Amino acid sequence: MKLNRSAAAGTLESSDIYVQAAPGKGQVEIQLESIVYQQFGPSIVETIRSVAEGLGVTDAVISAVDRGALDCTIRARVETALKRAAKEA
Amino acid sequence: MNKLVSSVKEAVRLSGLKDGMTISFHHHLRNGDFVLNMVLEAAAELGIKDLTVNASSLFEIHAPLVEHIRNGVVTGLETDYMSGTVGRAISEGVLAKPMVFRSHGGRPADIESGQSPIDVAFIAAPTSDNMGNCSGKYGPSACGSLGYAFADAMYAKKVVVITDNLVDYPLHDFSIPEIYVDYVVQVDRIGDPAGIVSGTTRITRDPVGLVMADYAAKVIDASGLLKDGFSFQTGAGGASLAAAKYLKDIMLRKNIKGSYGMGGITGYMVDMLNAGCFQSLLDVQCFDLGAVQSIRENPAHMEVSASHYASPIAKSAAVDSLDVVILGATQIDTDFNVNVHTDSNGYIMGGSGGHSDTAAGAKMAMIIAPLSRARLSIVVDHVLTVSTPGSTVDVLVTQKGIAVNPARGDLREQLVAAGLPVVDIHELKARAEKLTGIPRPLELGDRVVADVRYRDGSIIDHIYQVRS
Amino acid sequence: MRRSMLFLPGNNPNMLQNGDILGADAIILDLEDAVSPDEKDAARILVRNAIRTLDYQGCEIIIRINAVDDTGFWKEDLDEVIPLKPDLIMPTKVSGAEYVRQVSRYMEEVERRNGMEPGTVKLIPLIETTLGVENAFEIARSDPRVVAMFLGAEDLTADMRCVRTKEGSEIAYARSRMVSAARAAEIDVYDTPFTDVNDDEGLVADARLAKSLGFSGKASISPRHVSGINQVFSPTEKEIAYAREVLAIIEEAKAQGKGAVSLHGKMIDKPIVTRAQQVLAMAAAIGGGVQA
Repeated sequence: MKLNRSAAAGTLESSDIYVQAAPGKGQVEIQLESIVYQQFGPSIVETIRSVAEGLGVTDAVISAVDRGALDCTIRARVETALKRAAKEA
Repeated sequence: MNKLVSSVKEAVRLSGLKDGMTISFHHHLRNGDFVLNMVLEAAAELGIKDLTVNASSLFEIHAPLVEHIRNGVVTGLETDYMSGTVGRAISEGVLAKPMVFRSHGGRPADIESGQSPIDVAFIAAPTSDNMGNCSGKYGPSACGSLGYAFADAMYAKKVVVITDNLVDYPLHDFSIPEIYVDYVVQVDRIGDPAGIVSGTTRITRDPVGLVMADYAAKVIDASGLLKDGFSFQTGAGGASLAAAKYLKDIMLRKNIKGSYGMGGITGYMVDMLNAGCFQSLLDVQCFDLGAVQSIRENPAHMEVSASHYASPIAKSAAVDSLDVVILGATQIDTDFNVNVHTDSNGYIMGGSGGHSDTAAGAKMAMIIAPLSRARLSIVVDHVLTVSTPGSTVDVLVTQKGIAVNPARGDLREQLVAAGLPVVDIHELKARAEKLTGIPRPLELGDRVVADVRYRDGSIIDHIYQVRS
Repeated sequence: MRRSMLFLPGNNPNMLQNGDILGADAIILDLEDAVSPDEKDAARILVRNAIRTLDYQGCEIIIRINAVDDTGFWKEDLDEVIPLKPDLIMPTKVSGAEYVRQVSRYMEEVERRNGMEPGTVKLIPLIETTLGVENAFEIARSDPRVVAMFLGAEDLTADMRCVRTKEGSEIAYARSRMVSAARAAEIDVYDTPFTDVNDDEGLVADARLAKSLGFSGKASISPRHVSGINQVFSPTEKEIAYAREVLAIIEEAKAQGKGAVSLHGKMIDKPIVTRAQQVLAMAAAIGGGVQA
């Protein structure tokens, strides 16, 4: 899946995550800010990467601000952001 | 004899405050307090260094304290509870020597026994006369009870009363008598009423909080303690207040006449008093306008000192007669030890207050908390900081189940018989982690930034510097 | 056994992850009114992930999908959620039998695409227009998937051009019509939510009224109302005791080969026996009765 524009999904409310996705520079680049970074930082980055891979996204900048979202919520928000970003600009 | 002095700075000078001494403050003005900042500013202007501040609690409004620490005006800190900027700065290591945490009962006990002597106590007083008879019940900055200030007034070498409502001698219905007071200062404002007491404390509308509150009330009902003569304390948190409301409904339905309600008092406890659920309220701290009005007008609503409330060395304290207390937690471990000092990243964000005192005294100490907050289980293998030992905690109520301390098999049986969802605390932890995943352990620095003293004076835990 | 159905907004992670503890027999994950048009995609993906991952512990899952119209949202909703086998789909603004069949046909398409048995997922049409009320019986019998109907009074009163009141006299006809149609078609029927979340007494009175009219249960938009609804729609201890008596005397009569039976001077006929069996089945499901 190819990203055509910049798009976002999710909110900054507790238990949610705000994800922005945009076309990248030849690879998947992930930036994460999280209130549970110390406890779950690497695992959240891994989750984001696996959703991108699952959708066949190979070129993207994904930045996320996490407010303690569960894994299933992170997956949903990343998927939504990527699908929105894949729409025609 | 004239005790009136013209300014805070003059009072500080007259009190003989010198480098290396200890000054004390009460926290009845909570996040609206101007007095602690006022006094430290005066001390700094007078060039006094190396002070130890012993305050019963510290709030966000006390953020300027951090600058006084950086400048060497303050080099020691002792408190029972601390939130906001000061807590973060201490966690990051701003203070060279470890600060001291006590409980609300341990603090007056240490002051009275001489373990923590105070050189000068500065007492914010919403109303005072010119000789220092003072009260929190009246005046534009009324805060109700002055319970935490009694030990300071009685045992400090010098006592300065600071008021913004000076009245003719003698003030009737005073709390602290003139016999302890050296100087009286009148200032424009001792605090911001909006930060001192909230208008009306409201119960939570969060459905998770209401589920927990419902369970909490049912646990109390099933415990066998809810009968005539029942005594009760609860916090001012949303779910705790909702639990009090549900408890009130049960007490009225079953026509149970309790004995006393205690603690930080809110309008909800006042409603319970007025509805006949209690004979009296023992009030060490008012949280809202309803409580302030009640303590002023209703003789059954009584002010108690921190020692009377919770001292471990008093011949008896009110916590010793308590049936049930509802308490919060940032973490609880599988041995039921509770943390109310540090957040999940190791930053100081609270303190014992009366947590460990009431848990030790009450026949049933109940912790009420959501099973997870922001993807972190409330139940852990080991709490980051032991605030209250698990041996004094009887039951944990979460929205997804109730865990009973194995030492309380009798209570467990009662709750199961009442049809409540009782589960092992390890099972609760597993349920939480099934949702959240298993967190990586937190890495903290090696330097101790705070010693946590249990109410008996022993050091129950250390708090370590956070890694930046 | 379904007394209470609680609406949860489909795009709110915090509510979705606590849906199991709010005491409702069924939760309605809402993709329609609770979700703004530009968040429909986010909500259906979030709801799909939630029901895939979270354990709702025996709580029935109902998905309220968007109305059948040219946005096509309703089809996208079904595409995402049907593979997760929710118990029920709630189509909205259902006006007649053909509307239901259109939804059912597309559900079958999605079921087949995902290797599921056609008809796995059931339907609870939401009736919230005057046309829907007038067509209630044909809707109830429109498709084998339809196991219940649900009255939505907010949109209905707008359609009727009248004011929705707490007392609800304006929806008396719709309520009775719905109950009659549902019972004639032998399906369950659910009453509209009581919308003042701060009026606990009003809620109980409204639920009692619904029960007295013959509704199977009631929906709620507030978790605070769930326990009141459950209380009203649970059998009382007195009802349970009577049901036991009825079944005991029937057994006794059978053993003695007697035809007509009476209890406390009243003839016990087939409907009374059926009712007694229903009461005991519900009491078993909720673990006992409630105080009257």
